[in-house]
Formats: sequence, structure tokens, C-alpha cells
Amino acid sequence: MPKAEIDKDRFKKENLILNMGPHHPATHGVMRLLLELDGETIVKCTPYVGYLHRGVEKLAEDMTYLRALPLTDRLDYISSMTHNQGYCYAVETLLGVEIPTRAKFIRTMVCEMSRISSHLLWIATHALDIGAMTVFLYAFKEREFILEQFEALCGARLTVTYPRIGGVRNDVSQEFIDSVYDFTNYFPSKIDEYERLIDKNRIWFKRTRGIGVITADEAVSYGLTGAALRGSGVNYDIRKLFPYDAYDSVDFDVPIGTHGDVYDRYRCRMEELRQSTRIIRQCIERLPRGAIMAKDAPKVIMPPKKKVLTSMESMIHHFMVITKGPMDTPKGEVYVATEAPKGELGFYFISDGEGKPYRMRIRAPSFAHIAALPKLCEGGLIADVISNIGSIDIVLGECDR
Amino acid sequence: MMINDTILNIIITIIKIVVILSVAMLHVAFAVYFERKVIGHMQRRMGPMEVGPKGILQSFADVVKLFFKEDLVPASADKPLFYIAPIIGIAATMGSLSVVPFFNGFAIADIKVGLLFLFAMSSLGAYAVILAGWASNSKYSFLGGMRSSAQVISYEVSMGLSLVGVMIMAGSLNLNDIVAAQQNFSTKLYLIPQIIGFFVFVLSAMAETNRVPFDLPEAEQELVAGYFTEYSGMRFALFFLAEYIGMLVMSSVAVVCFLGGWGLPGFIYSMFNGSAIIISILEVLCFLIKLYACMFFYYWVRSTLPRYRYDQLMSLGWKILIPLSVFNILITGTIKMFVN
Repeated sequence: MPKAEIDKDRFKKENLILNMGPHHPATHGVMRLLLELDGETIVKCTPYVGYLHRGVEKLAEDMTYLRALPLTDRLDYISSMTHNQGYCYAVETLLGVEIPTRAKFIRTMVCEMSRISSHLLWIATHALDIGAMTVFLYAFKEREFILEQFEALCGARLTVTYPRIGGVRNDVSQEFIDSVYDFTNYFPSKIDEYERLIDKNRIWFKRTRGIGVITADEAVSYGLTGAALRGSGVNYDIRKLFPYDAYDSVDFDVPIGTHGDVYDRYRCRMEELRQSTRIIRQCIERLPRGAIMAKDAPKVIMPPKKKVLTSMESMIHHFMVITKGPMDTPKGEVYVATEAPKGELGFYFISDGEGKPYRMRIRAPSFAHIAALPKLCEGGLIADVISNIGSIDIVLGECDR
Repeated sequence: MMINDTILNIIITIIKIVVILSVAMLHVAFAVYFERKVIGHMQRRMGPMEVGPKGILQSFADVVKLFFKEDLVPASADKPLFYIAPIIGIAATMGSLSVVPFFNGFAIADIKVGLLFLFAMSSLGAYAVILAGWASNSKYSFLGGMRSSAQVISYEVSMGLSLVGVMIMAGSLNLNDIVAAQQNFSTKLYLIPQIIGFFVFVLSAMAETNRVPFDLPEAEQELVAGYFTEYSGMRFALFFLAEYIGMLVMSSVAVVCFLGGWGLPGFIYSMFNGSAIIISILEVLCFLIKLYACMFFYYWVRSTLPRYRYDQLMSLGWKILIPLSVFNILITGTIKMFVN
């Protein structure tokens, strides 16, 4: 019998291409990941973003600085206070406005509350993706409290537009201060509860220890910031290095990891929850009396309504600020970075003297983190992709703008 | 007279089958409701509350909904295999119900090799998984089917081995005999001497039925729904049913082999010495209570633990559970040799 020749072309081995598409229960928004698999191991991972692009930067070119503020709410819709704060701080730096101390403390307090809210959502979804579904509901109960406080403060739960250029929108009531102070009393025990569920859990260790390791040098070169960078051991926190608002008047520690794996990033963020609680307590205890909006920049900030109706200059300023934007805006450019919960949030403005920005560029931390995703995922298994996406804490609204 | 006898036997067996099947279906309805309530309360929420008083009729509403759903079959699916996969699944799990003893002397088929029959049926259940994954002709289903079938056949080994200790102690494969042997045993339960076997069995049972922490094949976050992604309507209901009846069968085996089956504490037998009917009813109740305690444990673990990654799951089965169960067999065999 003649020996049968094996047709080599028919037995070609190919890698499986799997599309974790824009619609997927675990990709935290609309992101597409194209995975090339050899069995279960990932050979190549290509992220595709842009499904949530809304043209925020272009829209801002046609709006005055005040009108463009609500656009920043919708970037990272989970922690909108911090994005508003970043924008306002950048514009204040451009216009040379100094905000009153009371406004600084209030801003710091609500931004730390927003950080807690963002980290709670992070731990809820991260644990849910890895399979521990109860942590999701426990964390959301505390987050619900924070959102209710925001609603009592400024009327909106999620997209608040509360920090304004020159200060904040309205003053905090005594009721607000009391309930937030109560919150800082019982919240650390709740963090203990979440940690009891997963911190020393053997299965959690196996899913997160040694997964998605990135060294300090690689992390810096990829542009990671925030807890993703601190998990690898780099001590970079903008609140400490370039303090803004009231961060130089409060004491807090910055948690740093050692191994640069998913577990260390998780520990960093859990510790940050405690530090944020500490900051909020100090802000409440040291809250000074005073104004909440800058009073000495009439051509830039809208004057109070009483004055508008009685004084001629105020009426003119009001009219001009609303229609044409801040008057006598200096020409030039400014880049200002703040520490958002997800990482370093940067605003870069080019101003040509008009009341609208000539160009607003937002440096979104999630964009850099997603770029690092192939480095984290390649060589691992499919289940590790889920752990990695959770650990870099992305939100697509911010990434795509 | 002989022909009448056989016809009578056949009729009685058919009645038994109908009763057990309807009880099993009702059980699934209430097991699902029970799970949603238990997990809900563990997560600081209520679970179903709307449909019926305290949400009792929720499962029935779900069944009606699934019944009326559009029967989607993917265009490029392998139709004969696609249709037959859920049927194999449900047939295998329901077939296992025929040897489970609910009270003394009762089992639809009281065969001498009851335990072996159970192992065989659960092995047949693996076919359903792999056929479903393959026939759906979709990458996600395929991956899920591959993973799940590998998981099932790996944990079958440790499941079988963990029960060998019980077989050695009871000296029989018949499930009624195993319960009777436990009644005569000093601690009334095989749980105490066979604690290692129990531990291995519980973990293997969770892996066999694809429950957390071994539910990677159907993990929503990774593979949408694994091997039954493409199934909708009544076919999906069949898989669902097969999963919960599988849980029922595994819990029954745990109750029968380790927790004393239908055996009541001694004083109850002496209390109701006359009436066999009351004793039988009490035995059934006892069995059901133990069964639902096992189901509660399943739900408790599901709401608490994260899930294992696939390779960690396989290494747990092969490298830890199988050596443990073999060790258990060695110890049990040695002790039995010395005692006799």
C-alpha cells in the first residue's frame, strides 16, 4: 500500500482570534480587545478605543471657560468632582485667580469624597469580575451614602459641576458637615469588612498575586500614574509633590506597593480609602470661615446677583463674562496636573486672549493605562485579562473624551 | 397471577417515577427561589419579592417566560447536535434520581450497584457539555465547552475516589445499605471518620456541577455564558434544570454517604415504634432537611468566594484532591483490615 502523504497545508496551526467586543460584561465601558490566543495563553492583545468619543475638546473651543465646565463632569463620570477641580484649578492658574481658603478646604473635602466613591466602585467591579459578588453590594451601600450627600449639597449625584472657577458653587450646610463627619467615624470599619471578605482569601491571592506585574521603570515609561504606578513602588503623588487646594494643610500618607502586581495595586487603593477618610476629617475640623468665591477678580468671575442688580460695573462684568467669557484673559499656555482617583489628570490650555480656550487638551490617565494593557496581558491567560483590566481602573468616558 | 404481578410492579414503578420527577421539578423551582433569597439576604438586599407572596411564584414566572421565548438556533450551528445536547444533559441527571433513597427501602431502582450507576450517569452528563459547546459554532461557546468538559472529567476521578472510603466502610454499593450501615455505626454518621473524604467530595461536587468557585466555564465576565451562550428559551431552561438537578443529586449523595441519609436519631424510632407510615414520613423529612442544608452550603459558598482561574482549578483537582482521596482510601483500608 502506498504511504499516504500528509497534506501539510491542511494541518496548519493558527492562533485563535477572540474579540472581547465593545459589548462585554467586564470591559467597564465600551472598549474592544482583540486577543490572539494560543490555547489559553494570550500571544497578542490589541485594545481599540474611541467608541465613546464625543469631541469634548473640540466642543470646548467654542464655549467660554464657564460654559465648558460641565463637559468635564462627563469625562470621568464616576468621580466628577475631581475633574471639575482639575479644570477649575487649570483655568484659575491661567487667569491668575486666587481662591479663598474656605473654598480650598471645601473643594479638598468633596474631592476626597469623590475619590472614596470612585475607589468603592472600583473595588465593587474588580471583585465582581473575579467572582466575589457580595463585595459589590456592600461597597455600593457606602457609595450610596456619598451620592446622597452630593445630592443634598448641589442637587446632582453623579455629574455635579460643583467646583467653579474661583471657588465652589454654594456653601456647605451644617447638616452636610455633620453627616459627613459621622461617615468618617464608621467608614473605616466598613473597609475592614471588605478586606475581611477578600484580603487574605486564598483564591483572591491566586488570582491577583504575581499577575500583571509591571516594574517601576516600565510603569514610568508607559506613562502609568496614580495607584497603578504606586503599586510598582514609585512614590509619585501630585498631591504631595505639587500641592494644590488645601492638600498642603492636611496630613496624609501615600501608600506605595512593592511587587507591581494586581494585589499591590489593590492594596494601594484600599489604603487610599483610609487616607481619604483621614483627609476629610481634617478638612472638616479645620474648615475656616470665609467666602466661597473669589471676590477680587471681577472681570473673570461672575459677580454676585445682588451687586449685578445695583452696580453698573457689576452688570457690565456679568454681561461680558457670560457672553464673551473672562475679560482680559492673558495669552499663553498652561499645563496643570491634579491627582484624580484614576491617576494624573492634566489640563493643557492654549489661550489667545479670548474668553474661550483656543485649545483645551485633557491628559486622561485611563488612556495611558489602556496603552499599558498589552504589556500586562501578554503571556497570561484569558482570566488574567479580567484581573488586569480591573486593576488599572479605567473608565472609557475619560479615555475617549 | 404472575402476569398480574408484573403489571402491578410496572404500574407502581411508573407511579414512583412520576412522583419523583414532579418532586424534582418542584425542587428546582424552589431551589432557584431559595438561592435567590439566600444570596440576596447575604448581600443586604431582599431577593424576589414581587411575584406572589414574598416572591414565591418567581420561578414559575421565569418558566412561563422561557417557554414563550423565541427559539433561536444559530444559522451555522450543527443542528442535530445542537438539539440533542440539552436532552442528553437532562436525561443523565434525571436518570441519577432513580437510585436515590428518600426513605427506608424506597428507591425507584434499588440496584446493587447504586453508587456506580451515579458515577456513570454523571460521566454521561459530560457529553452534553461538549456537544453544546461544539454545536453552537461560536468561539466563546467552544472555549467554554472545552474548559467545562475537561473540568468535569478531572473532578470525576476525585469524586469517585473520595467515595471509595465510604464503600469500604459500608461494604456495599447499594445506597440503602450504606445508610443502614451508618445507622449501625458508632457515630451514626460517616462524616466523622471520613472527614477527608467528605472534604474532597464536597469540592469535587462543586466542580462537577460548575458552581462557584469552579464556575469559570460559565463565568459571565469572561465567556458571557460559556457553553450555553447560544441557547435560548426552553433549551436554556433544560440546561438550567440539568444544573439544579445535578446539584440535587450531588447533595443527595453527600447526605446518603456522609450525613446518614434518611436515618433519624434513635429515640424517634422508639417513640413511634408502631406506625411505619409516620416513621417513613419523618425519614423523608429528615432527608430533605439534610439535603437543603447542603444546598444552603452551596449558596453560601457562591455568594462569598471569588472564582478560580482555569489552570489553578485543574491543578487543584489533579495535584491536591486526587492524592488526598487516595490517602483517605489507604487509611480507611488499613484501619478496616486491623479492625476485622
